[in-house]
Amino acid sequence: MGALDLKSVTKSFGTTEVIKGVNLEVAEGEFCVFVGPSGCGKSTLLRIIAGLEDASGGDILLDGKRVNDVAPAKRELAMVFQSYALYPHLTVRDNMGLALKQAGVAKAEILKATDKAAGMLSLERLLDRRPAELSGGQRQRVAIGRAIVRTPKLFLFDEPLSNLDAALRVATRIEIARLHRDLGATMIYVTHDQVEAMTLADKIVVLRDGRVEQVGSPMRLYNDPDNTFVAGFIGSPQMNFLKSAALGQMGETTGIRPEHLNIRHGGPISGTISHVEKLGGETLVYVRTEPHGLLTVRLFGEHDYGVDSTVQLDIEPSRAFHFDADGKRLR
Amino acid sequence: MAKSRSSTGRTFAAHAILITWTVIALFPVFVTVINSFKSRRAIFADPLALPWPEHFDLVGYTTVLKQGDFFGYFQNSMIVTVVSLFFVLLFGAMAAFALSEYRFKGNTLLGLYLALGIMIPIRLGTVAILQIMVAGGLVNTLTALILVYTAQGLPLAVFILSEFMKTVSDDLKNAGRIDGLSEYAIFFTLVLPLVRPAMATVAVFTMIPIWNDLWFPLILAPAEEVKTITLGSQIFIGQFVTNWNAVLAALSLAILPVLVLYLIFSRQLIRGITAGAVK
Ligand SMILES: Nc1ncnc2c1ncn2[C@@H]1O[C@H](COP(=O)(O)OP(=O)(O)O)[C@@H](O)[C@H]1O
Ligand SMILES: [Mg+2]
Repeated sequence: MGALDLKSVTKSFGTTEVIKGVNLEVAEGEFCVFVGPSGCGKSTLLRIIAGLEDASGGDILLDGKRVNDVAPAKRELAMVFQSYALYPHLTVRDNMGLALKQAGVAKAEILKATDKAAGMLSLERLLDRRPAELSGGQRQRVAIGRAIVRTPKLFLFDEPLSNLDAALRVATRIEIARLHRDLGATMIYVTHDQVEAMTLADKIVVLRDGRVEQVGSPMRLYNDPDNTFVAGFIGSPQMNFLKSAALGQMGETTGIRPEHLNIRHGGPISGTISHVEKLGGETLVYVRTEPHGLLTVRLFGEHDYGVDSTVQLDIEPSRAFHFDADGKRLR
Repeated sequence: MAKSRSSTGRTFAAHAILITWTVIALFPVFVTVINSFKSRRAIFADPLALPWPEHFDLVGYTTVLKQGDFFGYFQNSMIVTVVSLFFVLLFGAMAAFALSEYRFKGNTLLGLYLALGIMIPIRLGTVAILQIMVAGGLVNTLTALILVYTAQGLPLAVFILSEFMKTVSDDLKNAGRIDGLSEYAIFFTLVLPLVRPAMATVAVFTMIPIWNDLWFPLILAPAEEVKTITLGSQIFIGQFVTNWNAVLAALSLAILPVLVLYLIFSRQLIRGITAGAVK
């Protein structure tokens, strides 16, 4: 229940092609995250899956059945929007129960379903309030509750946490992960935040410019990126890209994550420290080098380095990635 | 200190301007109302004097209520205005929703075509309209007036409402679609309540020209039983003699219903006018 299959899906608005042929399989019960920079077509792809936009080409299969021409309400999916999109004129209970009411479910059943969802999200005390009387975090929980009540095959989330503050974002993220374990439903989650992607996903789909750049588990993308875009997008702070020629390495570009770059007296890359960020558990040192530009070094624990002092850096060759002139990985 | 003083000065200046403007705007209304309570002699002797106590005279009102079917005229005006307003808002909002929500060929062109009526006065078509009404047997009916006023009000309604409907969140409409609401339910239960301020704005701008119109009642429905109040009041204005008491009394009475409708819409109206400014 809830397996999704996209077959060369395309979408154009007028003459601009926004989705340029996406092939993707999402297995039953999988937590799949779409990441990519703003404007790359994540929301558009999600709306196509939901049936809110028609695909210009290709097929959308849910549980093996082609649903291109099936109305959104009949696809047995639920969607949580970035702006919450609660019905302003309905109470929390009615917001959550509307879909069931539209489907002709009996009143008692609806009551039971909304009570259950409210219990899962600790919304019991808010059931009679209207959305205007709720805080941002509560609204987002109601929006999630509205999705749960329908017991859909497939959950769609469009950047559900981006309007919340940092602490609430972490708490809600954990709650969504717990829901996924409890419900066992297939979930597709859109975000531009790679930390959310890494922490939630069974499978990450990296999108750029309407194309899939790479699909894989978080650790697979982290440890084995196919190209410079994925390598740079996954992982924070971002991977350093160095000129291979200056290092005597193969390919055009050599990628090395900040934690695999060390400060070592007599190392092959020398530069001056331009900034130091101490985060307690780790220290980020930004070093300006010639010809590689600004590099980030991530050190564990606290370290004292003076800005403008000269240091030498060393890479761990076994952890370096090599890319050709087009950004493709050389293996 | 200097800063706070200059802002007090500015507030004072702003209020002075607003008060002056209010006095100028309300002056004709004020003069009309006070003179409607005076005898004919008193009106001409001192038009600005208050009616209390020695000049007080209800002759204007008694004349109005005795002559002609004043309540009938009142009722006709009310029916024409309210029904036209209902259709303008309903059809205007529906057209605006279609134009702002759905992508189809010729969308922009259709929007321009529908808004064109703002610039072309409907009175230019009076002769043709009269011919149509004669052919349809609608002369001397309130239906004729309602049809014309609906057509007259639609362009502005479509223009203003379609701009406002573009601001209604797509996510909200999409949430409704996923929950199985029909497009009609989305329109009536989600979108319309959110554009209520714009609806009120359109309602006020549509209602006042209809209530005040003399042209179309005179041409399309001059018969006694379908006369509107504006037309009905004209019997007191003669070529040689004008019964000023009656005219002023009729005008004073005619202000009341619009005032009531305006008060109903005005709270929404203010929100509508300032909506863009505060957001
Ligand atoms: N209704 C639309 N009409 C025209 N262009 C659109 C429409 N919706 C989205 N786009 C364009 O499609 C691209 C992808 O948008 P979107 O899917 O919202 O990106 P993301 O969610 O990844 O930030 C953007 O360049 C956007 O301008
Ligand atoms: Mg988006």
